[in-house]
Amino acid sequence: MLDLAVRRTQGVFTLDVSFAAGSGVTALFGRSGSGKTSVINMVAGLSRPDDGRIVVGGRLLFDSGRRIDVPPEDRRVGCVFQEARLFPHLSVRANLTFGMKRLAPAERKIPFDVVIGVLGIDHLLERHPARLSGGEKQRVAIGRALLASPRILLMDEPLAALDAARKEEVLPFIARVARQFAVPMLYVSHSMDEVLRLADTLVLIDGGRVAAVGTVESVLARTDLRPLTGRYDAGAVVEGIVAGHDEDFGVTRLAFGGGELVVGRLALAIGTRTRVRIHARDVAIALDRPERISVRNVLPCVVRSVAAAEGHLVDVVLDCGGSPLWSQITRQAQAALALAPGLPVHALIKAVTIARGDVAGR
Amino acid sequence: MGLTAAEIEALRLSLLVSAAAVAGSLPFGVLVAWVLARLRFPGKTLLDGFVHLPLVLPPVVVGYVLLVSLGRNGPLGALLERWFGIAVAFTWKGAAVASAVIAFPLMVRAIRLALEGVDRRLEQAARTLGCGPVETFFTVTLPLALPGISAGVVLAFARSLSEFGATITFVSNIPGETRTLPLALYALIQTPGGEAAAARLCAISVVLAFAALLASEALARRFARRLEG
Repeated sequence: MLDLAVRRTQGVFTLDVSFAAGSGVTALFGRSGSGKTSVINMVAGLSRPDDGRIVVGGRLLFDSGRRIDVPPEDRRVGCVFQEARLFPHLSVRANLTFGMKRLAPAERKIPFDVVIGVLGIDHLLERHPARLSGGEKQRVAIGRALLASPRILLMDEPLAALDAARKEEVLPFIARVARQFAVPMLYVSHSMDEVLRLADTLVLIDGGRVAAVGTVESVLARTDLRPLTGRYDAGAVVEGIVAGHDEDFGVTRLAFGGGELVVGRLALAIGTRTRVRIHARDVAIALDRPERISVRNVLPCVVRSVAAAEGHLVDVVLDCGGSPLWSQITRQAQAALALAPGLPVHALIKAVTIARGDVAGR
Repeated sequence: MGLTAAEIEALRLSLLVSAAAVAGSLPFGVLVAWVLARLRFPGKTLLDGFVHLPLVLPPVVVGYVLLVSLGRNGPLGALLERWFGIAVAFTWKGAAVASAVIAFPLMVRAIRLALEGVDRRLEQAARTLGCGPVETFFTVTLPLALPGISAGVVLAFARSLSEFGATITFVSNIPGETRTLPLALYALIQTPGGEAAAARLCAISVVLAFAALLASEALARRFARRLEG
């Protein structure tokens, strides 16, 4: 859907990014200043690469070699910015239809009523943007971009300006938009929580360059990328299916390749595909299966690799029935247990360490 | 106390001249303000200075330049007369031109400030929604700059009402044609025993200026309310 190779030098910073993204949600993840927003602006036509090529949905939007530079208004690229950028002099309804009414009726692929239903903004239509909360503004901005029937939806940290509660309010709407409307999405973020809950593909950007591209699971399973994916956030991502709920104890069982994972009760139906992040710091290792222990998740694994991490720590990658698990332990513990590749062990994960933000319904 | 025929005539002329001056110069004012606010080009400082010139020049100089260039024998005036059959010298149209030139810098300053205050990120958002640059200007930029533009209009209108030096130099002081309130006032002051009548014109001028200010305040409040929803 998106095929991009762009270069631009601005002062001492050089952006040199190329990647291809399919349908679904592609996350551009990286620190602030890594060039994520520049990429978005180039796709939208709001800034021009020194050279390169941008193709969206089979349509060539920019090609320095052939001197093609389609102006933003003809690109059919929807943008949701960090600040909602609603037009203050127009009502919510006029904001929503701003892009839509500039399309020929036959080109309007996304119905108005469906969008306001999905985004829950039907009661706001006659208000002015100044009378909306931050979360409401961002929902209207998403609706406005969607209603212009874009070939791709670009989201530039749409939640970054919101507080935690508003983030939780808007995130499910973005997830619904991504699933319900067949519009590919390029989602810029520096929050791993958002990436986990929304993205299919992850493009890791560092210092103006692409450090890795792949499925979210595969990129996050690489220990060598840990400095980029976040030290404290680090953890393996496991795909599982909701196997059942235990209402008496308020827990949910997730089935995955390595067995079953017990976590706090999830509001997801049985059979729902989920993605769970298990933080490396929360995984302990035992050589023998411990009995009489409070830890609910004791999973048989095999040590796949052991690598020194910063300071006194080591990263241990475990193979848990085909799913990778990470454990971060001290070098001292590693020495005492003589952990080495090939050794069968048990991974211990306390159910309480898997928080709601770590689990995403797919 | 009813107004005399001469007073009504002067008042009518003042309003007509000022309204024509503002209406005629507004499109140019917006254009020049936009160029100064948004474009970067060599010689921009020069253009900026040129636009501001009438603000710092003695109005008599402006009137003289207009007389020389737009007068019947002036190069521009002759062209205007030959091509369009318009004679501005010694007519109320000439008075409007003089007022427009004098008030132009004030109008441009206010509109330029308003345009600079418009969030360009909103214009970018409009562009990504399929709105071309010209359409974006009229649907986003201009409406958002409207409070500042209306302030510029009121300012220019008020300045036109009080125009004297350039007008009297360019189009003289002809009753019923170019004798606006300030010129009528000047004529009365020159006439022995005209003080009482002059005082009445002063009062009219004050009332008019005050009304313009109140109207501008009311407009500004309305625009502000609209943006707050």
